[in-house]
Amino acid sequence: MSAVGTPVTRVDGPAKVTGAAKYSAEIGLPGMTYLAVVGATIASGRVTAIDAEAARAAEGVLAVLTPEDLPKIAAEPHLLPSLVGGPAPGESFFPMQDDVVQYAGQPVALVVAEEYEQAQHAASLVRISYQPTKSITTIDEGRDQAYEAERLFGGLMPARSERGDVEAGLAAADVRVEVAYKMAANHHNPIEAPSTVATWDGGNLTLYESTQGIRATQQTVALLLGLPIARVRVITRFVGGGFGAKAMVWPNVTLTAMASRYVGRPVKLMLTRPQMFTSNGHREEQEQRIAIGATRDGQLTAIRHEKLSITSPFDDWAEPATGVSSQLYGCENYLGIHRLIKGNTMTPTFTRGPGESLGVFTLETAMDELASHLAIDPVELRLRNHTPVDPFGHPWSSDGLVECLRLGAERFGWSDRNPAPRTTRDGEWLIGTGVAAAAYPIAFFMPPQRARARIFADGSAIVQTSTQEFGTGVLTMATQVGADALGVALRDMEFQAGDSDLPNSTAAVGSAGAGMVSSAVHAAGTALREQLIALAVGDEQSALHGAAPASVKVADGHLTSAERPGAVDTYRELLSRNHMSDAEALGTWRPPPLDTPHGLLTFGAQFAEVAVDPELGLVRVRRLNGAFAPGRVLNPLLAHSQLMGGMLWGMSQALLEGNHMDPRYGRWAETNLAEYLVPVNADAPEVRVDFVDVDDELVGPLGAKGVGEIGQVGVAAAIANAVFHATGRRIRSLPMAPELVMDPAADGQ
Amino acid sequence: MTTVEAAATEVPLRINGRQHVVVLEPRVSLLDALREHLDLTGSKKGCDQGTCGSCTVWIDGRRVLACLTLAAAASGHDIVTIEGLADGDQLHPMQRAFIEYDAFQCGYCTSGQIMSAIKVIEEGNAATDEDISEFMSGNICRCAAYPNIRAAIRHVRDEAGGRP
Ligand code: FES
Ligand code: FES
Repeated sequence: MSAVGTPVTRVDGPAKVTGAAKYSAEIGLPGMTYLAVVGATIASGRVTAIDAEAARAAEGVLAVLTPEDLPKIAAEPHLLPSLVGGPAPGESFFPMQDDVVQYAGQPVALVVAEEYEQAQHAASLVRISYQPTKSITTIDEGRDQAYEAERLFGGLMPARSERGDVEAGLAAADVRVEVAYKMAANHHNPIEAPSTVATWDGGNLTLYESTQGIRATQQTVALLLGLPIARVRVITRFVGGGFGAKAMVWPNVTLTAMASRYVGRPVKLMLTRPQMFTSNGHREEQEQRIAIGATRDGQLTAIRHEKLSITSPFDDWAEPATGVSSQLYGCENYLGIHRLIKGNTMTPTFTRGPGESLGVFTLETAMDELASHLAIDPVELRLRNHTPVDPFGHPWSSDGLVECLRLGAERFGWSDRNPAPRTTRDGEWLIGTGVAAAAYPIAFFMPPQRARARIFADGSAIVQTSTQEFGTGVLTMATQVGADALGVALRDMEFQAGDSDLPNSTAAVGSAGAGMVSSAVHAAGTALREQLIALAVGDEQSALHGAAPASVKVADGHLTSAERPGAVDTYRELLSRNHMSDAEALGTWRPPPLDTPHGLLTFGAQFAEVAVDPELGLVRVRRLNGAFAPGRVLNPLLAHSQLMGGMLWGMSQALLEGNHMDPRYGRWAETNLAEYLVPVNADAPEVRVDFVDVDDELVGPLGAKGVGEIGQVGVAAAIANAVFHATGRRIRSLPMAPELVMDPAADGQ
Repeated sequence: MTTVEAAATEVPLRINGRQHVVVLEPRVSLLDALREHLDLTGSKKGCDQGTCGSCTVWIDGRRVLACLTLAAAASGHDIVTIEGLADGDQLHPMQRAFIEYDAFQCGYCTSGQIMSAIKVIEEGNAATDEDISEFMSGNICRCAAYPNIRAAIRHVRDEAGGRP
């Protein structure tokens, strides 16, 4: 029986429910010391003096490190997304090299002490004097300095995408919708803070690190410290959530290694919750505008989509927001632009549903306005604009959008809807429903992915690759894939990850994790199976001797061949007859080329029902339904959880999450979980997830397109459209806070 | 400036039925005592500010945030942590239900969720889904496993006939 596709519970479940699972800060080492980071309290300027006397004198303090004490980095960091597979600093900047302050929270001093409390206390005693200069931390402050970016992501992607003549297309349209949104900054806030334990053994460094990219961490730290990569080992047993915060390698990791070398002892750093707002990137404050033109029957004639956002002083970073709006619908005239303002923040970073989730929000709320102007049902409008090919005329590697919209509409009961806004009530509450299409790009930037499969003489087997478990279920899914590929029972297969010494696996970002890991594991399991089949058919003592290798099937460790009815060999007997204590094989998966002639999107459709209190502006989400076509579903139980979590993230993006800079100080206004709202249990409605089956032979041998992001995409738009349906109001800011929803000025907008 | 540091002293702590003695400064929280001094790392630090619930333990049978409790203040009381729930290999029904309903993803909030979930039933606050979600709202799950957490709690509640 195939293990792939069955809803097996998590292999790491028992460890997680008993508290036995060890996260990075929970590694105990003899002689452990504690690091506290002192962050700048100004956003721009210079450090003029550091008075560390009181801190150095405090009990238990081993060192107070300032830029004078810290070695210079061996190479300048250059931002490049970790998915590319090389070093992946989160920003082209490393703090504590001189006296310059580029953003609030930037590390300016380090304290190492025997105990955690001692380090924290001593950090509070370090007196820093500054010479502040004027900072820019909001779009409003820097609007006149905005410039059009040429490339994004450290040069990886063009920032402009253009085809046809967008102005002519808009002019030729019967109907035009033009809208603009303000979107507050978001912070990932995984519940586990970024944590590092660093320990040196001679010239060898070992890091226990909470990361989404073990190899990215290894390579980045080696680069910055000038060490051979082989001398840096990164171990990551469990990660308490990432959502993008741990996708790149931030300065605190290397600083911990430096501190450890300085004191000659293992050092542990766990960022505090407030530090998590200034240490691991964020989703940038942004504004988006979109103009859509269409014919009277709803055919799109032009889309112009612009994003303006704040980046750091040293990087042209914007989450790309136009990858979906440029491809999702058939439309000849398109222009997508990213504009940037250099401000005093750290370089922003990937946040779940990177870029495209807000791009889709803008597109899909505009599509809703278009539908209501044209009096066309919103589902129908999307169906009319569906395209079977991408803008280059390449067919999708797999599609499913139409099926997702239809299935979602049916399960949600969409046809029962009265399309007129502000017509449905439940007691005092106004009720509304909304829909949005969802799509997320698949990117094959990664290098070849490898895994090793090994079987022992007793028939037990192991597959290994250097990925890490941060909640995606990769440990479980890779076990299933490995068992099937090798042809052993699930109970005989173990999957091992979490160590940079294992075969190469690239950082799990942008939903690429499941596809990469499953493909590499499949390749390794298959290679080992083929090796063992070759051994069996060449073994005179095997019942399968002389059979054609292609005719041999393996299940539960038993080899059979259609050519030899009744004949059976087993892996165990095969290995012991041949005096082998084990056998192993390496498998490699090469991603398709970047110029593959295929459109690459994962599709879905989101439906939401909201209740709005017209007096207080409260929005309660009553129901969320999503239908998705993520290709092969490796484990429906776990995929459901990933998609459900993503959908609730989308709800949160619509209604709760936003941070603002206080321009007077250039600091975030909200730096804890009491002020920066994330959903609690009472915010979370029941969520329904449906799957549409699509075969995808391009994306990997198993055809899995990934479920990490697509669940989150489109939800905020479906909710905003439902709020309009409930109230007749278009809210032009995210999050849609009650004071905006209750504002009658938004009526009929 | 001068600072006054109170000396570390021996603090007896009864945890999961076992008596421990730890040498701690008076400012050490129960959470840090568990995690940094006793290698009982099942209780998680998510915020250290009383906002996330991942450090939830029981003191004298009540759910308490270990990050807001001084270790010294917990001395002389009965402390139960996630490590104290299973009986050898025999998981507590709530632990089993969390696995079965996939009520977690990264697992970092899970200890706190389970410690709260068991008490929500005992407290009689699990009669309806609304009650469950209200009384579980002190435990943040950023992976947003909430609907599955509710399903696990319902399952244990119904299996126990509505009583602990
Ligand atoms: S760690 Fe105690 S409430 Fe967050
Ligand atoms: S399982 Fe990740 S925070 Fe709850």
